Amino acid sequence: MAEVSVLEAVRETLDEALASDDRVFLLGQDLEAGGVFRATDGLSGKYPGRVLDTPLAESSIVGITIGAAHYGQRPIAEIQFADFIHAGFDQLCSEASRWSWRTRGEQYLPMVVRTPWGGGVHGGQHHSQSIEAYYAHMPGIKVVAPSFPADYRSLLKAAIADPNPVLFLEHKRTYRLIRQEVEGAPAEDRIGHSRITRRGDDLTVFAYGMMLHESLAAAEELAGDGIECTVVDLLTLNPLDTETILEAARATGKVLIVHEDTLTGGLGGEIAGIIAEQAFEDLDAPIRRIAAPDIPPMPFHEAMESAFMPDKVKIAAAARDLAAY
Amino acid sequence: MTASQTRVPRSSEMLHDYLLSEEQLEAMYRYMLLSRRLEERMMTLNRQGRADFVIAGAGQEAAQVGAGMALKAGVDYAAPYYRDLGVMLVLGMTAREAMLNALGKLDDPNSFGRQMPSHWGSARRRVLTQSSVVATQLVHAVGVALAAKMRNDPIVAFASCGEGSTSRGDFHEALNFAAIHKLPVIFFVENNGYAISERTEKEMPVPHVADRASAYGIQSAVVDGLDAIAVYQTVRPAVDQARRGAGPFLIEAKCFRMWAHSSDDDHRRYRPREELENWASRDPILLFRNRVEEDCLFPPEDLDAIESGVDVEVRAAAKWALDQPDPTPDDMYGFLYREGDDG
Ligand SMILES: Cc1ncc(C[n+]2csc(CCOP(=O)(O)OP(=O)(O)O)c2C)c(N)n1
Ligand SMILES: [Mg+2]
Repeated sequence: MAEVSVLEAVRETLDEALASDDRVFLLGQDLEAGGVFRATDGLSGKYPGRVLDTPLAESSIVGITIGAAHYGQRPIAEIQFADFIHAGFDQLCSEASRWSWRTRGEQYLPMVVRTPWGGGVHGGQHHSQSIEAYYAHMPGIKVVAPSFPADYRSLLKAAIADPNPVLFLEHKRTYRLIRQEVEGAPAEDRIGHSRITRRGDDLTVFAYGMMLHESLAAAEELAGDGIECTVVDLLTLNPLDTETILEAARATGKVLIVHEDTLTGGLGGEIAGIIAEQAFEDLDAPIRRIAAPDIPPMPFHEAMESAFMPDKVKIAAAARDLAAY
Repeated sequence: MTASQTRVPRSSEMLHDYLLSEEQLEAMYRYMLLSRRLEERMMTLNRQGRADFVIAGAGQEAAQVGAGMALKAGVDYAAPYYRDLGVMLVLGMTAREAMLNALGKLDDPNSFGRQMPSHWGSARRRVLTQSSVVATQLVHAVGVALAAKMRNDPIVAFASCGEGSTSRGDFHEALNFAAIHKLPVIFFVENNGYAISERTEKEMPVPHVADRASAYGIQSAVVDGLDAIAVYQTVRPAVDQARRGAGPFLIEAKCFRMWAHSSDDDHRRYRPREELENWASRDPILLFRNRVEEDCLFPPEDLDAIESGVDVEVRAAAKWALDQPDPTPDDMYGFLYREGDDG
């Protein structure tokens, strides 16, 4: 058994994909030198001609990925920071998301766009943001945001094998922080499911990315006080795993949704909507959301940054209230 | 005996002045006419309330057919823009399919009624599915060319757009990347002087889109887009050299938009009257006919025969298409994602 970090899990999975399928190639900024987070370290030397540095132009990074995928390659693009992906929004949302739909499946795009997202790294406005809600809103793009290294391995592998556009979100704060023992090859997996990672009777917490780890830490602390949480790792943000979401909500009747994204229009609203619509009669309390406040994400100075982001303290406080309701 | 039965078969030997054979010249005329007549029919259907929307290439047929014929149909990839009915016909789209598309019918092979008309696409004919967002297709063509180059496939990717669309970032990003990697992409700009109502001066301060190519290290040419033969003679060598690995090429065809921007537009609001009145003398189809007649390549009867053949074909195609099934409400579902593992 070896312990790997999120970053190592990503790098090893890319390495394996390059080794096992010669249609796979990587493109993005600074990738040949290993990338700014070093996710592609060593790969350009190992796979000459298949790790491409691109100009600093995100729309074309996505658009060229579309063309190459259409042709039959298996391109994996990296957008250096999720904050800069919006120049490629048009290509992702107006083009990639509907390539299959508008041709009734005659044309399709086996492509992945990876990008580091999330805050807590003193990255200020444009190196910290949660961008998932914009893209998860668009039918036709699968959006994945794992939390643990083992899931990074299996879901990145699944994303590469998936014949549809996948936006693969890598929480940059977890890159080196979160480590996990993994064994052998990545588990066979498919995009589209959420996982109940912890079971408890008092309330259910939904989270993803760094907030999943904060939620687990809060649950651990609450267990010491006799409050038992069910914690759901959402994993896939589009399409949502409605079945698991409802099962987990019904199991406790009390729901707390946590995300780093700002409140209004965040995924929490969508999850709350699903539960309110389909599991209302199983609820014992109003659904609670913990999210960042509705100001431009996110302030730079640590004092403001940590106040801006949800964390295990805020999660535990809300969970106590909810348990007592 | 019908007129067409009197015609002498054409030679497929190349005529040096033209770089085309008699057969190809005949096909050129036929494609241009077919494109024009189809669009006239579509516009009639629109005015009758039977076709919701028409956006036509009328006036640009010479550019489209001349360029399309320089490609290897079924081998090369194309990302044509909405006016390119002429390109699509050369690549194999039939009159019936064009009419299905104009009517948004369930069997329209471009998008099965899911997109507006003239949003082309065909896996079989290697035409990338097109959206309404102008210039996005240019980068897709670059991606195709990159992939083909990685696999050592001798294909060319053809991408076209209007001159107004070259203001968008994707145009510049596409040229830049294609040049850096010396990719086999033909950028074909149909400059008709207008982006809806905006004249070219409002889109760019230089006289030619082609002037911009050199800044990206791309070869370029400006060609008379009213002359199908000249367009072919310009595009064909560019295609050949791109296929051999010489890198991208930008060709700007100076065209004339004969009709309003679309069936929803009235160009009399913004175009000078004399421009519209002088138009007839600049009709690329007439110009072509005059030239081949003057050069005594074809007797006028043969050209008349082609014309009446096209008329019959278009009328029959429209009549047939009107009777084809419309999509049902449920046809909007399905194919959001491709199922299973990669193909
Ligand atoms: C990104 C984008 N902006 C605006 C439009 C609306 N629109 C459709 S065609 C057009 C003009 C395009 O002009 P040009 O590129 O010169 O092509 P032409 O129609 O003249 O052939 C505009 C503004 C669009 N389709 N896409
Ligand atoms: Mg124009």
